[in-house]
Amino acid sequence: MELSEHIKTANVEDVTLRRPFHPALRGTLCVTSHHLLFSDRKDEASWQLLILLKNIDAIEKRAVGSSGTITIKCKDLLVLQLEIPGMEECLNIASSIEALSSLESVTEMYPFFYRPSHLTLNGPWGLSSTEQYYKQTERLWDRWRVSTVNSDYSVCPSYPSAVIVPREVDDDKLIHSARFRQGGRFPVLSYCHHRNGMVIMRSSQPLTGANKKRCKEDELLLQAVIDGSELGYIIDLRSAQQAQQARMTGGGFESKSFYSHWKRIHRHHERGKVVQESLIKLVEACSDPSHSVDRWLSKLENSKWLSHVHSALSTAGLVVECVERDGHSVLVHGSEGTDNTLLVSSLAQLILDPASRTVTGFLCLLEREWIQAGHPFQQRCAHSAYSHARLKQECPIFLLLLDCVWQVWRQFPLALEFSEALLLRLAQEVYASNYGTFLCNSEQERCAAGVKENTHCLFQSLLRPDIEEQYLNPLYEPTDLAIWPSVHPQSLQLWTGLFLRWTEYAQNMEEAREEVWSIVKEHHEQAGPDRTNNTLSTHCDTLTSFENLMDELTIL
Amino acid sequence: QVGMLYLTATHTIFVGKGSEDRSELWVLHSLVCNVVKHKASQSGYPLLIHCKNFQVMQFIISQESDSFVYLIQFSKLYCFSFNPNVDKAEREHSWDFLDLKAEYSRMGLPNKLWHVTPINREYRVCDTYPADLFVPQSVTLPVIIGSSKFRSRGRFPTLSYYCKENHATICRSSQPLSGFSARCLEDEQMLQAIMKSNPGSRFMYVVDTRPKLNAMANRAAGKGYENEDNYCNIKFQFIGIENIHVMRNSQQKLIEVSALRSPSMGEFLMGLENSDWLRHIKSIMEAGIFISKAVAEEGVSVLVHCSDGWDRTAQVCSVASVLLDPYYRTLKGLMVLIEKDWVSFGHKFSHRCGHLDGEAKEVSPVIDQFLDCLWQLMEQFPCYFEYNEKFLISIHNHIYSCHYGNFICNSQKERKDLCIKEKTHSIWPHLWENKLDFMNPLFKPDQSQNQGLLRPRTAPYCFKYWRRLYNRFDRELHPRQSELDCLMTVKEETQQLEEDLALCEQKLAVLDKERAKTLYMQKGVLESKQALWSLPLDTSLANTPQDYIGGFIGGAPNVFTLQQGERESAELCLFGDKPKSSDADNSDQESGVADFSSHSSGEESLPSEDSVKDPDSDETGPNRA
Repeated sequence: MELSEHIKTANVEDVTLRRPFHPALRGTLCVTSHHLLFSDRKDEASWQLLILLKNIDAIEKRAVGSSGTITIKCKDLLVLQLEIPGMEECLNIASSIEALSSLESVTEMYPFFYRPSHLTLNGPWGLSSTEQYYKQTERLWDRWRVSTVNSDYSVCPSYPSAVIVPREVDDDKLIHSARFRQGGRFPVLSYCHHRNGMVIMRSSQPLTGANKKRCKEDELLLQAVIDGSELGYIIDLRSAQQAQQARMTGGGFESKSFYSHWKRIHRHHERGKVVQESLIKLVEACSDPSHSVDRWLSKLENSKWLSHVHSALSTAGLVVECVERDGHSVLVHGSEGTDNTLLVSSLAQLILDPASRTVTGFLCLLEREWIQAGHPFQQRCAHSAYSHARLKQECPIFLLLLDCVWQVWRQFPLALEFSEALLLRLAQEVYASNYGTFLCNSEQERCAAGVKENTHCLFQSLLRPDIEEQYLNPLYEPTDLAIWPSVHPQSLQLWTGLFLRWTEYAQNMEEAREEVWSIVKEHHEQAGPDRTNNTLSTHCDTLTSFENLMDELTIL
Repeated sequence: QVGMLYLTATHTIFVGKGSEDRSELWVLHSLVCNVVKHKASQSGYPLLIHCKNFQVMQFIISQESDSFVYLIQFSKLYCFSFNPNVDKAEREHSWDFLDLKAEYSRMGLPNKLWHVTPINREYRVCDTYPADLFVPQSVTLPVIIGSSKFRSRGRFPTLSYYCKENHATICRSSQPLSGFSARCLEDEQMLQAIMKSNPGSRFMYVVDTRPKLNAMANRAAGKGYENEDNYCNIKFQFIGIENIHVMRNSQQKLIEVSALRSPSMGEFLMGLENSDWLRHIKSIMEAGIFISKAVAEEGVSVLVHCSDGWDRTAQVCSVASVLLDPYYRTLKGLMVLIEKDWVSFGHKFSHRCGHLDGEAKEVSPVIDQFLDCLWQLMEQFPCYFEYNEKFLISIHNHIYSCHYGNFICNSQKERKDLCIKEKTHSIWPHLWENKLDFMNPLFKPDQSQNQGLLRPRTAPYCFKYWRRLYNRFDRELHPRQSELDCLMTVKEETQQLEEDLALCEQKLAVLDKERAKTLYMQKGVLESKQALWSLPLDTSLANTPQDYIGGFIGGAPNVFTLQQGERESAELCLFGDKPKSSDADNSDQESGVADFSSHSSGEESLPSEDSVKDPDSDETGPNRA
């Protein structure tokens, strides 16, 4: 079925659009295969609103006399109202939106049609690859190697074709280890600390099952990771009890007796549906400004969102403590190793590694730890907080990461090169995008769908030709140290920039942000090379020459 | 940390040892809220000290010693013994720093509608009011006296804020002694006069900041609220702010929550909710918003009262004033506001802050709530306040510290009787001197939106927990980097550079004149020389101006011959010897440098501090020689 067949009414005149904090507008509404377009043609300067249909999370129809009202709730948390004259048109538009906003096939999605004039499809896709990362990271060369055992994705369908593993472990052992791990996600290198060479590994749970199976190759692989040093830590992102229960369904944990040099620490993290429901509850709490303070606080508490932020940052802090302070290597895993595992390992890197705090470094981190490492974006971000659809595998783990990064930025306002605006942009793009970056669930799927050949890469376009000023932190001052965030509940805040984005509250913050920029710019003007050279120092020059001249004169 | 604990007459001092630099912790005795002695444990005798500025300290003392069983009974507060190194005139001057008369005339008073009544000069009509009070011109003395007799503690309606633009006012009083049916003609005339003093409006609001139930209960005690039937053209309104006892308990719960050691997120949020603190803040804010809107948008005057008119009334009037008038969002303005609405109108600081051992039931964080409201506003309007949160915290600290005399006693009369002004110092000049610490770098005074009324949101998520105040001493909880400080430095640097530039330009102008003069005198010589001198110099020196200018300014052109030799030799030997460069020509430089280093970081901040220019001036040296 062609996409256009879903469209029964493409154009409606005299539609009224209502947005929060803006006067109502009348104009024409258009539905295309991928967009909803509203244009207000009354004034000479016409104003347009273009919404990707994929951004629409839920729509609600209501009949008022002969006309209908559609409420559109977007995945970026914006809520719009359209009053459409004519009941039939209204229903047609609504059903088109419903059908076209939930396309199943990746290749029908907008990134495959997005062809801006300033971008071309030739050239490399993405910022880096495993091989390039390895080449650039000299400290890996000695003890680590790139393995292409997964080049046809048969060993682990969710891993990229190349992974970094200990040099002394051959591909054969990796295959055995992969069979012993859920989804074949055997332990691979995620980060090697620049200060002491200690590493963060990640994997999925071992499949020990009820009768405590073991896998020699897996044990050897982990042994090779710590290579003679006393101890490594396994951070299991489940409670000890959950890990025990996992054995009943074939999963399990690394037992002390077989992995004698590894110490296991259990940290409970919620996953899947629970986190998704948190998001739904939080957004619901934020959407009603008429609540009393008590009700608000109890809803905020009840949503548990900040508790998730709290545990993610705490566990990341724990990993950093192991690596940076105690000098031990760490293996992180939960069950599948595609969600909380990535959250914790990437947060730990942000805290540890100054390189991942630059714009490029941060985007590379996301690419390596989320896109290439096989976070199932398509499943996790199918719906956001408003959808009435039955939850399948949705889970806003990536949003949780962005929130945690935001918390780190609040506590270290000078340490990150990027700004809140970049985080907000990513939060939007991950749910609905012109770019192919967040499509599919793994590299294998992206290859099969031809994502790299037929779509543009978001990260590349963010960096090219120049990073937009709004994505930069004007106060950035690089520091080499680890930035340990405080994880006391008193220190964690609601991310107002995201969750209250469409309220007036956000506008004053915007004003403050602009003021920060203007202060910094004014400073650059005064202190920057242009102005100083042109005025201050020319004045000095002239003064000096005068001075000398005067000296000369007096001598004469 | 291990160290020695010292007790003096005024401070508890802990001197840590072991670490490289001796750390000292000084705690004023007047800040100590309570001392809890725990049962002896193996490590020693634990002693827990809670302070009024939310600092909590635990000392473990190795030996039991009676000296620590101290009861805090001060006959003398610290402010009476605090004696910084200033002379009498300066101290007296410190009390003149703020002048309420000037504040009223800033508002445009007295005018043909309002004047000062001398009636309370001796504090006879109302001993908790200030001596100078503004009442409508049309009100006669008997009316004032009559009205004061009908009001709790004689606190008759009087002016707190006057809006120049539309003549609307905020007036304040205590509750009327109306009981179930009593009325007072003079009081009714008084309100009528206030309403008439605002020619633009046909009615006025009477705002009772108490919950309706509390006000009704007061009627049984012969007090109560205004009956709309008896007063012409008033609109009566309850606001529902809880009383001091509720607030005290609420803050106590809040402090318990803030002191939790690593609670879960849930525990913290539940605790915050159960304390009800933010709900109370919201209700005070809403009252302020109601009044400010009535004054600015409707142009209607408002009379505000609670029971006695010194707690909730002070909170609400001052919040409304901050919303209404940008002046109160400046450093000086906030000082004036506190001096006016709180200190002069008899907020009972001694009782509410528990300065002296007294009735525990009188203690209540009324002014804390006002500061909290201000902080909430600053969070919502980051660009509209001249001061930052450090200023609020400093004020909070000094309200409780009794370091200065401002917040001692319960009323102006008591302060006069105790000769506070003669015996103690005023806090305001001290804060003013340190104003650079208290500036908000984002403040935009000329912003058009900042000229008028602030319209804060009251959605529940706009009210937040003030971590900086309640966890003030838990340093690990706060951001490790300060955006504020960073911006402030950047701003100062910019200013510094601008000043440098201006100075350069100024000097150039002077030199130009000078040159014209000399040119006139020695035209021939100059022309040939100028080309020669300016060539090598132009290409080189991208460096700090101060060395040059300093040298130049200090010595007027005609002294140069004398110092020429000195300078050259100095410059020659500093060629490879950097440290000396600073004294190279400082003999005649100092006056010039002083202009530059008006800010602390000034000199360091200049772009290329390094002595780039020296080689060049040296090159010219031999030439000259």
